[in-house]
Amino acid sequence: MEEKVKEIIQQYSGDKSYLVPILQDVQREFNYLPKDVLCAVSAHLSVPISRVYEVVTFYKAFSLKPKGRYQLSLCMGTACHVRGAELIARNMEDILGIKEGDTTADLEFSYETVGCLGACALGPVLVVNGEYHGHMNIAKSTKILKKLGKKGATDDEQD
Amino acid sequence: MTSKIKSFNELKSVQKRLKAGRDPKKPGITVCVGTGCLAYGTKKLVENFREELSKRDLADRIDFRTSGCHGFCERGPMVVLSPEKIFYQRVGLADAGEIIDKTLLKGEIIDRLLYVDPATGEKVVHEDDVPFYKKQSRLVFGLNFQVDPESIEDYLAIGGYGALGKALTGMKPEEIIQEIIKANLRGRGGGGFPAGWKWDATRKAQGEPKYIVCNADEGDPGAYMDRSLLEGNPHLVLEGMVIGAYAIGSSQGYIYVRNEYPLAVKNIHIAIRQAREAGLLGENILGSGFSFDVKVNRGGGAFVCGESSALFASLEGRAGEPRAKYIHATDRGLYDKPTNLNNVETWANVPFIIERGADWFAGIGTAGSKGTKIFSLVGKINNTGLVEVPMGTTLREIVFEIGGGIPDGRKFKAIQTGGPSGGCIPEQYLDLPVDFDELTKIGSMMGSGGLIVMDDRNCMVNVAKYFTNFLVNESCGKCVPCREGIRRMRDILADITEGKGREGDVELLEKISTGILDGALCALGNSAPNPVLSTIRYFRDEYAAHIKEKRCPAGVCRDLITYSVDAEKCTGCMVCVKVCPTGAASGERKKVHVIDQAKCTKCGACRESCKFDSIIVR
Ligand SMILES: Cc1cc2nc3c(=O)[nH]c(=O)nc-3n(C[C@H](O)[C@H](O)[C@H](O)COP(=O)(O)O)c2cc1C
Ligand code: FES
Repeated sequence: MEEKVKEIIQQYSGDKSYLVPILQDVQREFNYLPKDVLCAVSAHLSVPISRVYEVVTFYKAFSLKPKGRYQLSLCMGTACHVRGAELIARNMEDILGIKEGDTTADLEFSYETVGCLGACALGPVLVVNGEYHGHMNIAKSTKILKKLGKKGATDDEQD
Repeated sequence: MTSKIKSFNELKSVQKRLKAGRDPKKPGITVCVGTGCLAYGTKKLVENFREELSKRDLADRIDFRTSGCHGFCERGPMVVLSPEKIFYQRVGLADAGEIIDKTLLKGEIIDRLLYVDPATGEKVVHEDDVPFYKKQSRLVFGLNFQVDPESIEDYLAIGGYGALGKALTGMKPEEIIQEIIKANLRGRGGGGFPAGWKWDATRKAQGEPKYIVCNADEGDPGAYMDRSLLEGNPHLVLEGMVIGAYAIGSSQGYIYVRNEYPLAVKNIHIAIRQAREAGLLGENILGSGFSFDVKVNRGGGAFVCGESSALFASLEGRAGEPRAKYIHATDRGLYDKPTNLNNVETWANVPFIIERGADWFAGIGTAGSKGTKIFSLVGKINNTGLVEVPMGTTLREIVFEIGGGIPDGRKFKAIQTGGPSGGCIPEQYLDLPVDFDELTKIGSMMGSGGLIVMDDRNCMVNVAKYFTNFLVNESCGKCVPCREGIRRMRDILADITEGKGREGDVELLEKISTGILDGALCALGNSAPNPVLSTIRYFRDEYAAHIKEKRCPAGVCRDLITYSVDAEKCTGCMVCVKVCPTGAASGERKKVHVIDQAKCTKCGACRESCKFDSIIVR
């Protein structure tokens, strides 16, 4: 782990002002930001751990908890919102049994809502592990969850 | 392109050579690979084209190009065939071979891929004749179609970096600033502050080094023009920045870009590397003795980081909290040094002004707002996409002529401009010419250019709650009026939408707004009440219906509505019975279905799936 952290910091020539992108890369590597990793960043970048913690808790992009195998991001940008994303959000929470921003206990699903993804023409948009699913609706979101193995998702067979 | 270009003359000959290499009559295929189109799976289509071309041994005879966003995202994947500019939309991923064989080789038009003008029912063959494009003047954005964002050669071939050459060899820094002032270029990032004055102030400020920064944080949810510019034509933005740096006297620039925009990040990195190799960035640019370089920094996903002082804090690797503005960034910004911050689109306008002159630029637009503006036209609109029009174009032209009106024959209700700091504009102002000043007059603002269209099924109280909630989450928490005030407003709005609204709530909202407007530290707070105030101003009745009658006229607020079946329209098709997750919808085939109110959770699944529009929500 130490080695990987050092390597990432090296890519930014150890420049402290790159703390945010460094943490983003580190998070991508480790799936989330565990304590020992944060300590390693602090040590190798010579930034106090309190500052690292401040930054990590300030920006929404960072997670101190492990993320699920499937990462679901529902766009809640204005364009998606006016096209009914709210109803889909409710459906996601009902089926997954978690709130926005959480991960299921079995570490299968992480679900969050995000601001505009820049694909407003396709709105509402649901992103599953980086893959965009456009023109989302309640039935389609149920179907996707079911396909990913979420039990209890009833499906509209006709669709 | 690895050799350095050492002078303006050499640049001109490189441009000429590259231009000559691009035969305008040569058949070509351009596929849009902006984020919108990629989301349709366009990557596969590109692979298919490459494969089919090489299968037929055509790779040399056909110019195949991927380009940035064309703006008409609604109709992706999109393919344009040159030289005739035949426009194919909603292209299937497997259509590549057929397009090559029929259209490219035999000149036959494939009917099913043509755009049908919904107004006339006629098929449109050429890109320029599509109504969506016809009414626009795509000055800044138009170059997107002509270049592959990963190719500096493409950009040079259309005269790219010519403005930089002109500026560096023929103009003094002060002259450039005067030109920008004369053009009256106003900031495209929201405030509309004159760019030239800001440049002038930074140039004259005490302190070294001086920084210039490009704001590509694009926090407005529902706006994506900055992304499309950076993604689709990164060299244009870069060229604008180098000119600005020379004028201001800066040797280090930054681009602060949202991490949610991976393609933009990638393309700008490629562009920077290419520009360095070509001697257009770095030491001694074009042999002029002027040196300037650019770093890219990715944001962490916080709306407030689009605000200048928060952005600087974030660039320095700290939490993005704003500071009070008694000191201007032009005096003490990034690392407490004089800093000039401009938006992506602002920078992208600079090369045009230098190239064609301030008078030409000032000839476009209205008295106080010059040039064009790119808008992202989204929401309940037929033609979703990016639209570039001269300042002063009316909302009606944008919504109905370019945007093609409201889908499903529904009624226009409001258009929201200015993002979370803006307001909702009702139908009575549709003929308003859109510019910085007019929008402010009616309680909204230009913002970065998001235009979100709403129809009669959008609840204005809910929309106000949506924005307020967004701002509650995005408030950095540093100052009390913003942190506590917006939260209280959100709670009151939530009560109203849940049927717990009380007499006097609207007045209370107005009162809290005044406090926040006066007391907040930064522009996030002191524009936060705008969505609420503008909806109260224009849709007061709707607030009253929620509070007094416990009714949501648009049928949105869950606690105030019921779902029922329209016996006249229901055909007994059983679809709602199947999709209902709680068993509230029941009935037999070919008989009118019913919804059991005790079981109904108002999830909306039945209404969405009913093909006969027979679910009534009241
Ligand atoms: C809360 C908040 C968010 C902002 N977000 C952005 C943004 O995402 N992009 C942007 O260019 N400007 C944004 N601005 C405006 C910037 O502070 C600044 O005025 C602008 O980048 C200056 O460039 P311009 O004069 O070229 O518009 C925001 C302002 C505030 C108060
Ligand atoms: S609002 Fe969802 S993609 Fe833009």
